[in-house]
Amino acid sequence: MPLSLKLASRNLFHDRLRFLATLVGIVFSIVLVMAQMGLYLGFGRMVTTMIDHAPADLWIVSRGVKSFDDLSLLDADTGIKALAIAGVAHATPVIIGFSIWRMPSGEMTPVFVVGSDLGARGLQPWNLVEGKVEDLAAPDAVAVDRSYFETLGISGAGALAEIHGQQVRVAAVTDGIRSFATMPYVFSGLDRARSYLGLSPDKISHLLIQVGRGSDVERIRREIQKNIAGIDVLTPNEFRDRSRSFWLFGTGAGAALFSGALLSVIVGTVIVAQTLYSSTKDHLPEFATLRAIGCSNRYIYKVIRYQALLNAVIGFCIAGIVGAAMVRMTAKSALPIVLTPELVIGLFILTVVMCTAAAIVAIARVVRIDPVMVLTR
Amino acid sequence: MTGPIIAAKNLTKVFGRGHAQVRALKSVSLSLAGGKLTLLMGPSGSGKTTLLSILGCMLSPDAGEVCVCGISAKKAGPEQLAKIRRSYIGFVFQSYHLFPTLTAAENVQLALDVRGERARKARAKSRKLLARVGLEQKFTAFPRELSGGEQQRVAIARAIVANPSVILADEPTAALDGSNGRAIMTLLTEIAREQKSAVLVVTHDSRIMPFADRIIYIEDGSLTDEETGGARVYPIRKSASG
Repeated sequence: MPLSLKLASRNLFHDRLRFLATLVGIVFSIVLVMAQMGLYLGFGRMVTTMIDHAPADLWIVSRGVKSFDDLSLLDADTGIKALAIAGVAHATPVIIGFSIWRMPSGEMTPVFVVGSDLGARGLQPWNLVEGKVEDLAAPDAVAVDRSYFETLGISGAGALAEIHGQQVRVAAVTDGIRSFATMPYVFSGLDRARSYLGLSPDKISHLLIQVGRGSDVERIRREIQKNIAGIDVLTPNEFRDRSRSFWLFGTGAGAALFSGALLSVIVGTVIVAQTLYSSTKDHLPEFATLRAIGCSNRYIYKVIRYQALLNAVIGFCIAGIVGAAMVRMTAKSALPIVLTPELVIGLFILTVVMCTAAAIVAIARVVRIDPVMVLTR
Repeated sequence: MTGPIIAAKNLTKVFGRGHAQVRALKSVSLSLAGGKLTLLMGPSGSGKTTLLSILGCMLSPDAGEVCVCGISAKKAGPEQLAKIRRSYIGFVFQSYHLFPTLTAAENVQLALDVRGERARKARAKSRKLLARVGLEQKFTAFPRELSGGEQQRVAIARAIVANPSVILADEPTAALDGSNGRAIMTLLTEIAREQKSAVLVVTHDSRIMPFADRIIYIEDGSLTDEETGGARVYPIRKSASG
């Protein structure tokens, strides 16, 4: 280990109380940023979960639709018009909307109905833990997520309830299909979804477009857009971006998460800067001695930077453990915290930058050090 | 090197302004030769520490010039002054100024580390130097585990490990008892002889006068007197004429 690193680490660990205070500051700050950004990612993922699981090359939606759950409607013949365009292989309608679920006990709760073709080209429920997609072909069959059993007042597959005055039977159960609005999703076939929502047969919400093998998706998109009025044609990525953008920034939720994260970074930087500065101040005679024996400023900066880096690495490791625990604890919640490898790397870089920036204050103090002080003390 | 290792000419240093102004040094000229131990003596406030600071390139004079090994410190910036100190000067301080979180060997090694010497070589050198000052059993001891005399010996090992041409010691015996003080002075005298270094010891401890090859007196910022004598053999008394 280089002696400068040894000096930095021993100086750091020498005053355990101050070191602990620094670590608490870093850990709090990074955990807060982690939570905010993890919530941001979790929220973003939930907002686009239906788009992520739909087998579409393109989406046709009403013009100006802001997100997947925007309830604007299309004419059902849009699908026929789309199929008339060269390269379009399939156009599968999707129906969505809010309805009321009446529990066996008579209580009622709002639900979000998703209806689609039950074949492979439709928006089917995924992660099935009971029943099969084909079971939804039965006249009263629906699929719900098991995390909503309590909300829906049921105990599992086979349970009976009512939607919009019509009897439904839970024929399939999924795991982990949760809505950020905490309103349960209910999957069913297309026509029954229409009746649960009270929609006329000539209306649909979205169209999933699949292009033929080897077709130029971008060209087909332009053609559809040109030939059908009152619609937007979006790639899955564009629809995801539009949905995220609306929910995260159109509603202010994202801004709140980001400003929380920014505040955490500022607080963390100030705490680290304050403790590094006071540590440096306490060790001024030592830095003056280093200077007196001819040490360059670069060497001294290196010692301070090592201290900052040690703070960052140790603080980040502890924050990482806390973050992993948060991810586990919120995994089944309405809004899970999501940590991706990119976020973890980004947070590590942020921790290092934060601690290095904090070291500047300490370095600024050492720059003014007068080596003569070693002769007068 | 044939000429003086340190040559100072007409050094003047003023602190403060107006009524609070103090002329700490008044046109002081001095040169130090290799292989000799020189004592700089004078009462408190006479300018000893200021002169030591300027000779050690820690402080710049308002007028005059210091040359160390032929290199002028005039107009040098803080980094250049640090480089001169690093290259030519070793320091021994009254309160040792050892690093409390480093062992004795690491304290000595640090002086080589700041000079960019490779760790393995530096470690070997620092242990050799600690053995040279009689601390072969204390390599891994922290300063708090050492007596005052032992700490000062570690500080001396740190000062000489890079083989400097000049060793400047500020009251090195002030915090020590008689026998430890004598041991330290014996060590400094041997270093001056063996390494051919110019050793300047600032002190007002008259007990160490027998170790000096030369004694310089300073009062009110001016050199007032100078004596030469047989180190360690004959006590030297201040003469009227110098």
